[in-house]
Order: sequence, then C-alpha cells, then structure tokens
Amino acid sequence: MTTFLQNCFAGLSLGSTYALVALGFVVIYKSTGVINFAQGGLLALGAYLGYTFSNNLAVAFAVAVLLCCLSAALVGATFERIVLRRMVGQPPFAVIMITIGLLFVLEPLITAVWGFEHKQVDNPWNIRTVEAFGLVFGVRDLWTIGLTAAVVLAFFLFFRFTSLGLAMRVTAFDPEAALAQGISARKVYATSWAIAAALAALAGILMAAGPGGLTPSIGFIALAAFPAMILGGMDSPAGAVLGGLIIGLAEAITRGYQDRLFSWAGDNVSVIVPYLLMIVILLIRPYGLLGTKEVRRI
Amino acid sequence: MLSVSNLEVVYDDVVLVLRGVSLSVPSGEIVALLGANGAGKTTLLRAVTGLLVPHRGKITKGTVHLGEEDITSADPAEVVRKGIAQVMEGRRIFAEITVDENLRAGAYTRRSRTEINESYARVLDLFPVLARRRRSVAGYLSGGEQQMLAIGRALMAQPRLLLLDEPSLGLAPKLVEQVRDIVVQINQQGTSVLLVEQNAVMALEIAHRGYVLETGKVVKDGPAAELLADEDIREFYLGSAGGERRSFAEVKSYRRKKRWSA
Repeated sequence: MTTFLQNCFAGLSLGSTYALVALGFVVIYKSTGVINFAQGGLLALGAYLGYTFSNNLAVAFAVAVLLCCLSAALVGATFERIVLRRMVGQPPFAVIMITIGLLFVLEPLITAVWGFEHKQVDNPWNIRTVEAFGLVFGVRDLWTIGLTAAVVLAFFLFFRFTSLGLAMRVTAFDPEAALAQGISARKVYATSWAIAAALAALAGILMAAGPGGLTPSIGFIALAAFPAMILGGMDSPAGAVLGGLIIGLAEAITRGYQDRLFSWAGDNVSVIVPYLLMIVILLIRPYGLLGTKEVRRI
Repeated sequence: MLSVSNLEVVYDDVVLVLRGVSLSVPSGEIVALLGANGAGKTTLLRAVTGLLVPHRGKITKGTVHLGEEDITSADPAEVVRKGIAQVMEGRRIFAEITVDENLRAGAYTRRSRTEINESYARVLDLFPVLARRRRSVAGYLSGGEQQMLAIGRALMAQPRLLLLDEPSLGLAPKLVEQVRDIVVQINQQGTSVLLVEQNAVMALEIAHRGYVLETGKVVKDGPAAELLADEDIREFYLGSAGGERRSFAEVKSYRRKKRWSA
C-alpha cells in the first residue's frame, strides 16, 4: 500500500508538469487553431533562462522562477508578433510547420549559448524530503504539485472572470464575430502565446530543479505532454489538466511496478504508456475526455 | 452621421463587388438598404466596420466617413470604439457561453464599469426574454431569442450608429414584428440605424430613407414612403404589382433593369 501511494505521489508530481505543458498547448490551439510544436523548445528555453537567473545572476530562486516565466512569455509574444501575425488567416498547416521550424531553431540556439553539459540549477529544494503518514515526500514534488494547482486555479479564474479572458474565449469560438465586438484578435493571439510560453517555462524550471537536472533534451517532455492534451480533448483546458494527471499517474505506476508486473516488456515500458493510453481513450472517445461536444439548439 | 461615398470593394483582387456606392445615414434616422442576394449589402457593412480583411476584401476606391472623421479601412476595434456596432448576418452569437457573458463581450471596448452596468440594465429592460435567461448557455436559446441577444450584444457597445444585417432572417412573422418594434425603440432612444433587409415591407415601414442596391450599385434611393409606392420596387421587392396576375414570360426585367441603372 505504501508503495502504491508513493507511486501515486510521484505520478501526481510528474502529471503536474505534463498538465502545465498540455495547458500551454490547449491555450494556443483554442485561440488560434494551431498546435504549437515549439512548446518543448520554449520549455527548454525557460529552464535555461531560469538557470541563468538562479546560478549566474544569483537571484533568489523564487524570483528566478518568476523572471524566467516572464522572459519566456516575452519571447512567446514577440515571436507571435514578428512571425505569426503575418500568418493570420493562412492555413493552420503552414503555421504548424513554422512552429516546428521554431523548435529546431531553438534547440541549437540553446546549446550554443549554454552548451551540452549537464547542469544543476541552484534551488532551495534539492533532494530534501519530508516524511508524513509513513510516506516520503520530495520537497520539490510538493512544490511542483502546489504551484501547478495555484497556476491552474489562476488560469481558470482569469478565463472565467476577466474581460481579456472572456475576449479570448469568444475569439476562440468565432473570431470574426469577436472582431465585430471590437475585440483585438492580435492582442488575444499575443496573450495566448505569452501564457503558453510562461506555462512551459514554469514546467521547465520545475523539472530542472529536480533530480534529472538540466540537459538540452529537457524539451522532450513536451512529447509526453502531447498525449495528455489529446487525451483530455484538444480544446479543453480542464481536459489538459486531467489528461496530464492521468498520464503522469499511469507512467509513474507502471514504472513502480515495472519489475513485478511488466518485466517481460522490457525496461522502458513506462515511456510508452502515455501513448498506449491515448490510443485506447481516443478509440472510445474520439474527441478526448472533455473535448467539445458541440452545443446545438434542439 | 455616416457617409459612404463612391465606395469600390474588391475581393481576392478580382471580384468587384461594390462599384461606386454612395449613401448616407443622417443622425437619428433609420435608413433601409434593400437588394437581392449578392447585391453587395453585407459587403457594404463589412467595408464600414473594417471586417473585409478576414474575407480578403479591400476598399480600392472611395471613402467612409463617420461625422467628420475618415474611417476608411479602419481597424474593426477602432470602428467599434468610435461608436459603430454591428449585428451580423445569421446572429453569430457566442453559442458556448452564457447570455450574460455574451452581453459582457459586447462591452469589451468600454472601460467604465458603472457605464457598462447601466447599458446592461438598459438592454435587459429592452429584452425581458434575455433577463429571464441570463444564466443559460446562449446556444440553447430559440432563434428569436438569439436575434434579441445579438442586438443586445451590439447595444452593449453603446453605439451612435447600429448596423443591422437582416435581423428578420429566419424569424416567424410575429417575431419580425417584434424586431421591427425594437429597432424603432432603439432609434427613438437616439441611435441611428442602418437596416439591411430582404424583408422590404418591414424595412420600409420603419425607415426614413431607403436605398436599393443591385449588383454593387445604388439603383434607387429616396424617402421610404416614396419607395414603398414605387412601381418597380413594388414589383421586384414587395411582390405585389397591381391586382391582376401576370405571367413571368411577360415580365421583361432586363429592359427595366437597363432603365434603372442608366
């Protein structure tokens, strides 16, 4: 039982990271109809920026986290402003190719600036743990879960209650009608890129503070968050969070029981679990767990 | 208040839809814009509100003025802020969110919370149906209620000029009357109205002036009462030419049209 709970906890922490990244995917997909393949690149960029703030400039870790989210948001919004704005109204396929291009530009850029070697971000958590109820909780894992919960809450409050949040929702629903209300689509697109990049950066710095440390391949986690987004329903923020948690739990639990139950399947079976889960759920619900069932007048 | 002069609009660089249209909406009046499908009515509205861009349309000639100000090819948000609100063809309400949120979205360009609340109260006052269904998802409203919501949403921007694109589309006669009365009421509260309609009787009944648009040109204009009495208008738009029945074979519309556009 203890092992199971311990695995669940690890899964929640991992799932929180997935949820943050998947939420970023959903924000951009919802407002612009484009899947942003550069999310992993932005995540890595955010993590390295966090490293620079925390280690080289030696600001407090909390400030470093804040700064890396802000600067990533700036990068996201700038990219939208300079490149993607010219693509408004063009087929989504072309824009998706551009985001793939951005991913491949970001990766060498990061290695050129920060190099290939493994880095450790200075952070107050390290490998400290607390014990409660007979379980061992990693401090970083607790913070990851807590921060994700806070960010997700803020995210939903923003979309539910602010005027800009409302503008973003209606632009996602009907861009032309939104324009006719005087809502600036440019502002909405730029904001969604900023939000997505900030979410990715937060996920990145939280991961970099963990036992894995910081390597240029940190962005690959976005690939695992991808099934989380699709599983939850591409246009549902709540689905992204749910999908992230489910994938995280499934992956951690598989890894936990690897030697006992899945030894026949090889060592890395936990890595493929997200994709298997995605395929199964899409077979049953093609639009994902919480994807839009269209509202129609009866 | 609104004056459009010599407007020429081209879609996709090749499709010439408006060919030198001029019209004006005097302050405090209702102006009806009639015309068959494809005449360019909606395009004219898009040209005024700056919504040509998503349709790859461009104003190639002419100007649009609001009062003294030149708003030719202005940004849609700018146009709304200057006081022109539009009810789009086919309602285009935001079906996934509540009635309440739809109305709030209409007030996006305004900042003062108290003023927004005032408009909100005024809109609910004008449309008691909406007041009753404030919390329901807009997509579940009936067609008539959705049209009311679309008009209410436009009013939330507190426009000086309201552009209505076929508000009677797909509504039962009873509801058309209701929409008509509401337009009159809005006008009496001081908002000028440009009413685009297929339902010519309804539009001319309440309008002060009317314009008839055909293949991108204004072919006839004048006081609404005059248009209502006009022979050709009666035959082509009101569907009542004298008493006797006539065969379509005898209607030589081409000759008529020639005379019109001359």
